[in-house]
Amino acid sequence: MNKIFEVPLYAYDRSPDQDAPAPVRHKVAVIGAGPVGLAAAIDLAQQGIEVVVLDDNDKVSFGSRAICFAKRPLEILDRLGCGQPMVDKGVQWNLGKVFFDDRQVYDFNLLPEEGHARPAFINLQQYYFEEYMVNRVRELQEQGAPIEIRGRNKVEAIGTHPDHVKLEVETPEGSYTLEADWLIACDGAGSPTRRMLGKDFVGRVFEDNFLIADVIMDADFPTERWFWFDPPFNKGQSALLHKQPDGVWRIDLQLGWDIDKEREKRPENVIPRLKAMLGEDVQFELEWVSIYTFQCRRMEQFRHGRVIFAGDAAHQVSPFGARGANSGLQDTDNLIWKLRLVMEGKAPESLLDSYDMERVHGADENILNSSRSTDFITPKSEMSRILRDAVLDLSEHHEFARPLVNSGRLSVPCTYDGSPLNSADALDGPARTRPGSPCPDAPLGDEFLLPKLADKFTLLTIDADAPDLIEEDGVEVTRLALSVKDDATLALKERYLGDNESGVYLIRPDQHVAARRPSFDEPQIRAAIRRATGKE
Amino acid sequence: MDDLILTPNIDGADDFYAELLANHEGLDKADSDVLNARLVLVLANHIGNRAILTQALAAAALKKEV
Repeated sequence: MNKIFEVPLYAYDRSPDQDAPAPVRHKVAVIGAGPVGLAAAIDLAQQGIEVVVLDDNDKVSFGSRAICFAKRPLEILDRLGCGQPMVDKGVQWNLGKVFFDDRQVYDFNLLPEEGHARPAFINLQQYYFEEYMVNRVRELQEQGAPIEIRGRNKVEAIGTHPDHVKLEVETPEGSYTLEADWLIACDGAGSPTRRMLGKDFVGRVFEDNFLIADVIMDADFPTERWFWFDPPFNKGQSALLHKQPDGVWRIDLQLGWDIDKEREKRPENVIPRLKAMLGEDVQFELEWVSIYTFQCRRMEQFRHGRVIFAGDAAHQVSPFGARGANSGLQDTDNLIWKLRLVMEGKAPESLLDSYDMERVHGADENILNSSRSTDFITPKSEMSRILRDAVLDLSEHHEFARPLVNSGRLSVPCTYDGSPLNSADALDGPARTRPGSPCPDAPLGDEFLLPKLADKFTLLTIDADAPDLIEEDGVEVTRLALSVKDDATLALKERYLGDNESGVYLIRPDQHVAARRPSFDEPQIRAAIRRATGKE
Repeated sequence: MDDLILTPNIDGADDFYAELLANHEGLDKADSDVLNARLVLVLANHIGNRAILTQALAAAALKKEV
């Protein structure tokens, strides 16, 4: 079978840059055509900023890798014009079961909140995710957008200068030099860019190994997430079974620290393990097997002059909670509008330091959550195991213990509390929409709120007057005028007004709240716009 | 600010202590550890108040009051 991850999607093609007499200068270069690099490039290109993506490979990711995509990244993908194919193909689930030893201790239904266009999350193989993003790149190219992916273009050296970077790029036909005003490094946890620039990457190593196997089976397992602590088929360790599209199942088996990785990866060793788990009679085929260890760490700073790091290149977490790719998409969502304003001369370069501050905050939250999940799943001392097992035993009998069971806390966007871009909260409104918060979606009849927010700043008015367009020092803010009557379910009122009769929200291009007030006040809103663009 | 009660608060203290010991009777060390762990969790949930729990952890560690 010819899988999508075996087909070159952006094959090497000689670029005119390689024959240019002097290095060609680009606006932005992105290193890495994974989910994060592609998101950065699509975001730039659809806002008219020229971008070239360099990748040392020419195919989408090998094997399923990241499989769980949360609501916020799906909303970001909607803004990038490629959310729908992901949701159409992805598997949605709400039911989870937790097993301990030889028995099920409880099950749970996630019952996501109503009134959101997108589900809490979908399961989708990373290769589909990347394929749909590449499709979006091709679509933008057909529309004449300035975006290019160069396959088998490996960056070998980076020269940093005050106003540009210089890249030495190796190709199958030799090397060439290109320049870019800005460089976004999205080249993964092992980031060669980070290494070439000699930047730190410190954190905690977890001494454990996990076997991931993608198996294709016609088994009659329901579309649920099953997690085992200390199961009979993997004594003293954990296991996870999760469904992906196309009848592919993700199986994670914890192996412990002292193992021979090459040996454990061989099918003759993997298959008996899977049979013990799935039952001797279940017919399956192995699609992909990998063994991984993980670390929780981040760079001290994500921005180094004209080089900006995003995704796993900047921060790495354990896989529990699906906080890798999901947080990487939030990085570029945060970065690109700022970079655009800086490049257009509409904001000071220091605005980019807020990317660093806000996304370091996000990374720390993700590292904290994923470290805690890891500590629960793999207790590090005798007493932590005793307490962990006590929680599991109690969870079978008493509901109170179930929130303590931690097999991964699913990625949710962080609120940028304390960000220098926020204005003081002037509305006694719901906490979930305070300045710094990601805007929660809300239904508007047959439509939804979030798709109505543009790539630019929006002034959301709910039963309040305001001008349709405000321009403050080059930054345009367009009004979205709504009424609580637009949403019969009252979710809009509940999420944005609380007990207030009206509300005015200044919303950033990444759909985070910058300021809110009960009514429009021009000097205050203008000050909030300046503040949100790094001018106050 | 909620305060952890660190003055006598159990009616029939001797009865309670005997009941606690009785629950461990006949258990080996490993099973007693497990029982204690469950008991801590059950009691912690009943208290619920995070500030009190932090004070209780400090009190159990024989730390000065926080």
